Amino acid sequence: MIVAVLSTFAVAALAPLLEKRLGRRAAPLLALVPAGLFVSLARHVPEVSAGGARTDALGWIAELGVSLSFRLDGLSLLMALVVTGVGAVVLLYAGSYMEGHPRRGNLLGYLLAFLAAMLGLVLSDNLVGLFVFWEATSLLSYVLIGFEREKAEVRASALQALLVTGGGGLALLAGFVLLGQAGGSLEIGALAANAEAVKASPLYLPALLLVLLGAFTKSAQVPFHFWLPDAMAAPAPVSTFLHSATMVKAGVFLLARLHPTLGGTPEWTGIVTTVGAATMLTGALLAVGQRDLKRLLAYSTVSALGSLVMLVGVGTPAALAAAMVLLLAHALYKGALFLVAGIVDHETGTRDVASLGGLFRALPVTAVAAAAAAFSMAGLPPLLGFVSKELLYDAALRASPAPLLLVPVAVGSNMLLVAVALSVGWGPFTGRAGETPKAPHEAPAAMWAGPLLLGLGSLAAGLFSGAISPFVSSAAAAALGAPHALTLELWHGFNLVLAKSLATLVVGVALFAARGRIRSLAGSLAPLAAFGPGRLYRAGLAGLVRLAKGTAALLSSGSLRQDLRIVLAATVALAAPLLLTRAVLGAPDALRSVRPLEAVLALLVVAGAVATLLAGSRLAAVVALGVTGFGVALLFLVFGAPDLAMTQFAVETLSVLLFVAVLRRLPRLQSRSAPRARVVDALLAGAVGAVMTGLVLAVHAEPLRSSLAPFFRESSLALAKGRNVVNVILVDFRGLDTLGEITVLGVAALGVWSLVRLRIASRGAGANGGRS
Amino acid sequence: MNLLLVVPLLVPLATAAATILLARSPRAVRAASFAGAAAFLAAAVALLGATLDGTILVTQAGAWAAPFGISLVADRFAAAMVLVAALLLAAVVAYSVRGVDAARERAGYHPLLHVLSMGVSGAFLTGDLFNLYVWFEVMLMGSFVLVSLGGERAQLQGALKYVVLNLVSSALFLAGAGLLYGSVGTLNMADAAVALRELPAQGLPSVVASLFLLAFGIKAAAFPLFFWLPASYHTPPMPVAALFAGLLTKVGVYALVRVLTLVFVRDTAFTGPLLLAVAALTMVTGVLGAMAQGDVRKILSFHIVSQIGYMLMGLGLGTRLALAGTVFYVLHHIVVKANLFLVAGAMRRAGGSFSLDRLGSLLARSPLLAAAFLVPAVSLAGLPPLSGFWAKYLLVRAGLEAGNGTIVAVALAVSLLTLFSMTKIWNEAFWKPAPAGADAAPAPLTTAERASLLGPVLVLGAVTVAIGLGAGVLYRFADAAAAQLLDPDLYVRAVLGARDGRM
Repeated sequence: MIVAVLSTFAVAALAPLLEKRLGRRAAPLLALVPAGLFVSLARHVPEVSAGGARTDALGWIAELGVSLSFRLDGLSLLMALVVTGVGAVVLLYAGSYMEGHPRRGNLLGYLLAFLAAMLGLVLSDNLVGLFVFWEATSLLSYVLIGFEREKAEVRASALQALLVTGGGGLALLAGFVLLGQAGGSLEIGALAANAEAVKASPLYLPALLLVLLGAFTKSAQVPFHFWLPDAMAAPAPVSTFLHSATMVKAGVFLLARLHPTLGGTPEWTGIVTTVGAATMLTGALLAVGQRDLKRLLAYSTVSALGSLVMLVGVGTPAALAAAMVLLLAHALYKGALFLVAGIVDHETGTRDVASLGGLFRALPVTAVAAAAAAFSMAGLPPLLGFVSKELLYDAALRASPAPLLLVPVAVGSNMLLVAVALSVGWGPFTGRAGETPKAPHEAPAAMWAGPLLLGLGSLAAGLFSGAISPFVSSAAAAALGAPHALTLELWHGFNLVLAKSLATLVVGVALFAARGRIRSLAGSLAPLAAFGPGRLYRAGLAGLVRLAKGTAALLSSGSLRQDLRIVLAATVALAAPLLLTRAVLGAPDALRSVRPLEAVLALLVVAGAVATLLAGSRLAAVVALGVTGFGVALLFLVFGAPDLAMTQFAVETLSVLLFVAVLRRLPRLQSRSAPRARVVDALLAGAVGAVMTGLVLAVHAEPLRSSLAPFFRESSLALAKGRNVVNVILVDFRGLDTLGEITVLGVAALGVWSLVRLRIASRGAGANGGRS
Repeated sequence: MNLLLVVPLLVPLATAAATILLARSPRAVRAASFAGAAAFLAAAVALLGATLDGTILVTQAGAWAAPFGISLVADRFAAAMVLVAALLLAAVVAYSVRGVDAARERAGYHPLLHVLSMGVSGAFLTGDLFNLYVWFEVMLMGSFVLVSLGGERAQLQGALKYVVLNLVSSALFLAGAGLLYGSVGTLNMADAAVALRELPAQGLPSVVASLFLLAFGIKAAAFPLFFWLPASYHTPPMPVAALFAGLLTKVGVYALVRVLTLVFVRDTAFTGPLLLAVAALTMVTGVLGAMAQGDVRKILSFHIVSQIGYMLMGLGLGTRLALAGTVFYVLHHIVVKANLFLVAGAMRRAGGSFSLDRLGSLLARSPLLAAAFLVPAVSLAGLPPLSGFWAKYLLVRAGLEAGNGTIVAVALAVSLLTLFSMTKIWNEAFWKPAPAGADAAPAPLTTAERASLLGPVLVLGAVTVAIGLGAGVLYRFADAAAAQLLDPDLYVRAVLGARDGRM
């Protein structure tokens, strides 16, 4: 399994090259990859249906429990079949849809890479491994939504999808880590076996909330649903594959996968069911008013995702089984409808349902596929959609906490969805022909083959629902964490559920008939959409950028003085409290032994520093600075370090001379700062000085216990053959320091030389680097 | 005398000298520079190889026994830092063939690169605090001249801020070293570590330690001490900026790790929370600063600051996993960050500007360049399976295991904003059509330019990918390095083991 996933990535990388060589033949060839995977996966259906599972593992960071471990059980096999099956169809379709597009090869490559990532996601049995694929799908979704990157709104939609799902992804990461801590493993199987400990852990609730955040953003649950309709900026094959059939189901998949570990608690049931139900209703309500085919489908997808999440939240065997059937049914009918929408757009040049009609004559095959899919979505027997809707109602009726609430929400949403289904799959093909930008022709076979196959799939799966029962049951069992046997039937007899199904259809058809009025009503309500969470996202992003600009302005004042102040203030802020609380302050002993000469010299040094600051001319400042320097040198002398003193004298003399030499060339000294600013500076400088003084006194309060000085005194002549200890330290004991300092001097010389020699004329901001 | 410890200092020095002597022939200078970088790399590989089994290599310079002379020490962390530094130097030298103008090359560019590298590897390998100060000065002077080399107005303004604020750091460092000597009578880190054990943990030593924290904090560009960085890093040519971005702040981080795990180890009740607070603020202010910029170089510069926060986070948490996270993060970050600056130079060459307003359609113009950008950018944002993800994962896990949800939340939020920043560059420079009225598109990259500019970038990108895919290898190393750091006795015994007399 691992090899299959990884080699699919490799093929994806080669896809653009292949397309360049083979042209239109590349897409069918590439579609063989997922088709082949589909077949080889399908061979495991009997084994998995019987309750078996296959595993495969590759270590990654074994010490941390991170691995690529794959598990093929009912749940992952169902998802993997959807991924590869729809993937094959979509690749074939994309080759034709993008005919003549200069970057067709790239699109095929991205799609195939996404397919591999999605396959890895659903097969993963290790949380971190799963997360790696999870993020890969988010990133590829970004690239695919932004495929037509020339338009600004396309780029914005891509970014929005990435930030919403990426943000959720980060929460998910934290949730996974906590989950690993609570359960002692990152392997999903091991966690499920340890579920009681996980649920009893204090980390359970934070872990659950973080995981849910990740799943909800990915599966476009309220209030994060807004990114999905905007993601319709992507080309039709992308919308079909990522934003309907597979990626958006990753969140649902994850919830189902973790249900044995996390599910069944009041928190789980309460949150997941509520959010799912809210999403189901919101999506359906927002869908009916749309005019754009793809947005209609997108909102109805949101609604379907809500149903799935709700079912997983309810978590009863019946609900999970309903979720698995709905998952399959939705992939089949919604995939087909998205592809149909792409064909309609491709052939007529518009996606506005109000101007579409009577396309049956021009697009007969497409129309058949569309009708099959739409009827399945509307829940007409004998299609699979009917079966799934029956199960949904049944599960809602029998949900333990609040069937009274769930049932009306489910029925109401589905009534609306019937209208949506008919608006997409029925309306455009029947009635009077509309005015469209292009005269429609039937699409090439490569394009209608997909929707037709998926539409027929809906029919076949519905008719032979008994045959797929064991397989669907095994998927539900995996989500349940216990064996479960379900028998799917088209006919359940006359009961409450059937009555609701009939009511749904009747009201739905009525709504469809009134679609014109609904759309105009929705149009008049459109301004309300501005208050949705999408607006919150945009306002948040804009606010963040404003905050960033403010911070940046605050941080880069451009003034060196300001920066120095902050650095010095930080110094005082950190060191002063420590000094006051942790050091023994005051060092009377050290101070009492000060000789008068030392005191005088110290005052001289201080006076020099003060005079430097107060000096009115540069010359005076340099001289005053010289006084400080010579004072320090004299101090060295007094303390018996003639070598140091001589060096200091030389340095001071030289620097004063150098200063004086360049002073003539400098502009007049002028005071530029306000008195208040100078007071602040003085206080700050005084504080730094006080801290340093305090530190020195504190250190001197304790005797110096060093073995170094005696060693140097004794060994200087004996071992290093030098009488002058300071010199021996410099050139022998610590010769490496001197090597470094010599290097510094050499570099300084080189710097002066090059600064004088090389003056690249400023060619405006940013005009450096690069050979020109 | 262990040559392995000396060669990483001598090779850059000798190369610097050779490139000065050969200055008349640019071709010879480049050849010598590259040969020197390759030799440095080989020496670094050998050094790392010798430390992999846990050996701590020690050499006493001039054969004066510790603590009387200067000890050179290499444990796993130090050796790995030398290796990435060497890798980076080689990449930068190769990139400079086309990435730097001939005028700068003639004016001492190559010798300066090698002197800087010498300073960096000295700082990693020294076991002596004053010697560390000396290497800091070598780096500071080398980098100051490099940042001002060329004398463009913006450069000199940036260089002034750079040098003044870094001199404050030097002053604090020197004061700290002096005071430490005054209180324990030694500058040898191992010796000081032993001496400090006898003093009260919460007394004067922690006051002295604060000066080191400040000095290294400035070097590391931690909040609120980082102003020199965004003021200067965008001004020099990109290979120089890349070298700085990769190495200089990380030397500060390295020094912080070293002194806080070896010398000032006993006041974690104070340093831990302080570092975590600084880490959070550094992450946040850095990333916000980056979001406000419209110039690729400035965006990248602010992100350096932001990511220093992650490294400090691991140090602040202080557990073995957290330190392993810091080690992993530092090593990954050096490669990725430097690479992004190199890519920025190539973007300017291909798109004619560093400004996102004036860039566009680079994806169409050079898909190879786009791929070269994407790898380090995605890694920087911490997306799997690249190196940055694992670095972030280790820290997040360490934070949660330590029960510190706040710092983890900050780290994750900042990583989302980093992703935003990287996609901003991608959206504007690579996806967006070239803006109307922009300067005519520069000529496509020549083959020689491709080799010189994109070659090193792709090699560094391959390293990033390899670290990501083989994360277990680097994690095991980082974990072993962290274990070594957390047991300062190992270091002390290695350095002071043979205390008496000459070796």
